[in-house]
Amino acid sequence: MGWQKKILRVNLTEGTCISEPLDMGWANEYLGQRGLATKYLVEEVDPKVDPLSPENKLIFATGPLTGTPASTGARYSVITKGALTGAIACSNSGGYFGAELKFAGWDMIIFEGCAEKPVYLYINDDQAELLPADDLWGKSVWETDEILHRVHQDPQLRISAIGRAGEKGVLYACIVNDLHRAAGRSGVGAVMGSKNLKAVAVRGTKGVRVADPERFLKVVAEKKQVLAENAVTGQGLPAYGTQVLMNVINELGALPTRNARDVQFEGASRISGEAMHEPRGSEQKPNLVTNQACFGCTIACGRISRIDKGHYTVVNRPEYWGASGGLEYENAWSLGADCGVEDLDALTWANFVCNEQGLDPISFGATLAAAMELYETGVITDEDTGGIALKFGSAEALTSMVQQVANGEGFGRELALGSRRLCEKYGHPELSMTVKGQEFPAYDPRGIQGMGLTYATSNRGACHLRSYTVSSEVLGIPEKTDPLVTDGKPALVKAFQDVTATVDASGLCLFSTFAWSLEDIQPQIDAACEGDWSLDRLLEMGERIWNLERQFNIAAGFTGKDDRLPKRLVSEPVKSGPAKGLVNQLDKMLPEYYQLRGWDEGGVPREETLERLGL
Amino acid sequence: MPVTFKLYASLMVYLPPEAKRHAVTLEVPEGTAPIQLLERYGVPLADVHLLLVNGVFLPPSQRHRPLEAGDTLAVWPAVAGG
Repeated sequence: MGWQKKILRVNLTEGTCISEPLDMGWANEYLGQRGLATKYLVEEVDPKVDPLSPENKLIFATGPLTGTPASTGARYSVITKGALTGAIACSNSGGYFGAELKFAGWDMIIFEGCAEKPVYLYINDDQAELLPADDLWGKSVWETDEILHRVHQDPQLRISAIGRAGEKGVLYACIVNDLHRAAGRSGVGAVMGSKNLKAVAVRGTKGVRVADPERFLKVVAEKKQVLAENAVTGQGLPAYGTQVLMNVINELGALPTRNARDVQFEGASRISGEAMHEPRGSEQKPNLVTNQACFGCTIACGRISRIDKGHYTVVNRPEYWGASGGLEYENAWSLGADCGVEDLDALTWANFVCNEQGLDPISFGATLAAAMELYETGVITDEDTGGIALKFGSAEALTSMVQQVANGEGFGRELALGSRRLCEKYGHPELSMTVKGQEFPAYDPRGIQGMGLTYATSNRGACHLRSYTVSSEVLGIPEKTDPLVTDGKPALVKAFQDVTATVDASGLCLFSTFAWSLEDIQPQIDAACEGDWSLDRLLEMGERIWNLERQFNIAAGFTGKDDRLPKRLVSEPVKSGPAKGLVNQLDKMLPEYYQLRGWDEGGVPREETLERLGL
Repeated sequence: MPVTFKLYASLMVYLPPEAKRHAVTLEVPEGTAPIQLLERYGVPLADVHLLLVNGVFLPPSQRHRPLEAGDTLAVWPAVAGG
């Protein structure tokens, strides 16, 4: 158990909702969530399909530990072919929606086809129906959430929705649940919008059963104690959140600044986790109101923030005066350092709008940063921008553009393309800080070498959450490695990739691994699920998932030539900090990585590798 | 010799009043080591996790290594992000 053993197949073209048994043969090979949903996608979708066509499918998937008492068991993922990348997309979110879906008795929902008119899916335990969403179309995520709670008169309804960005086909639109948790990357919201699907509203009352309740509760209690006693998960993350990294990475000289022209930002401390604790502005209150946990989480790293009422972004806009989802490190970096903006309230407001309208702040900020560089070099002009000066450091440019992108207005329509397409359109593809079309996040691979290989080989395009070697190279978890060298990094990246795939497949949060190793997670899976879930089996499964994703991408047309970094990162030496003079040495790492993976020189899995993994 | 001493996150409370934000510039005798600065300002060593000297990681075994003029020592408790 752990699984509900039931999936909901929703055909939007025909308007049907059909219950199907979960394929337990596949569940035994791929566990759940990221792994199992990828298996369904690979089996059912032609990898060459247009991501925004009805032939693409959109899968909301939980893991066997989602909705159980296991700490951090809140996660669900959205799996599809990504609108931004054309590669496999798997965007993971917390909050309460995933657990609620599980409580309603479903492991996953598979959306196929395209609705003729806007609809939303309403699930009340076994009952599932598509309802008209004409009145919701054009509304924000926040308005949709409020209206659906009112319509269904159920305060415990959990809602996952797209905002205007997803409706308008912004290529990095995300799907937001519980107002400010997001399946953020690769444009999964654009795929949802292309299907005329506005929202999923779910209420579940069934709970989740596990295979060995007594053993499960005992091991879960033990492992919660590990999280509580660990200084990172017990103290550091709840107090400062991910944003504590701003000063660390800046000090380290690996904070991509002004579209990665620099690696240290003079305003870093003013937009850091520490700054969120400082009284400021007209009210002399701190930005941070409190921390917040997702379902079942005993870490509680989430940030709840408010904007100073005297700040220009919210004067006469009381709808933004309340507390809402605050800055995570990646967002503070993309909206802040990467655009050279050091106004904490402006960043917080832009982040609010990203949540409200369903935009991925990483891709939005990084795309704006590329546009700022194009503007400063005279390629983009005031005529293009409607007179808005896209200068690095301009908070006004940031807050104007986030609105324009969300509303599909003005130069926002260009920024909605994402960095790669924007830079290609203006004749400077080399200024796009992307891999496989996706903007890379807040770690410069010239100062943290392993992250270069991480970005280059990530199956969903540049991403830190596919193998977070920062943990080892910067923080010393599980053991310290030197961020400036390449030796040992291929093996490190592969190990992180495989373990991460397993953690994602379980329904637990990756952040648990700051304290837990797979040895801590394995007994929780083993007690919850039928069968013998040994450590070796789980590790092999992670590798299987990685290769299955890779195969999807190869069939979609990607090759080893797409395992590349932006030219700047491999040819422009860093100007300051410990990495001064260095570029990323991807060429030194990639061949060894392919070899360790059992792939040929072109990055294609060898026959014996596929056979060993049962692919 | 001058050194810059930076404390972050929950360790900021141990900075002297003259510190600006996270940092204070100090005049210290030649040969002063990171461990001595931490002890002088009462930073609990059990809470010290990440030490960077000029941005480069300093392993616990080298905390007795003398600083040089102009060095920046930055110190964090156990933190992580992502």
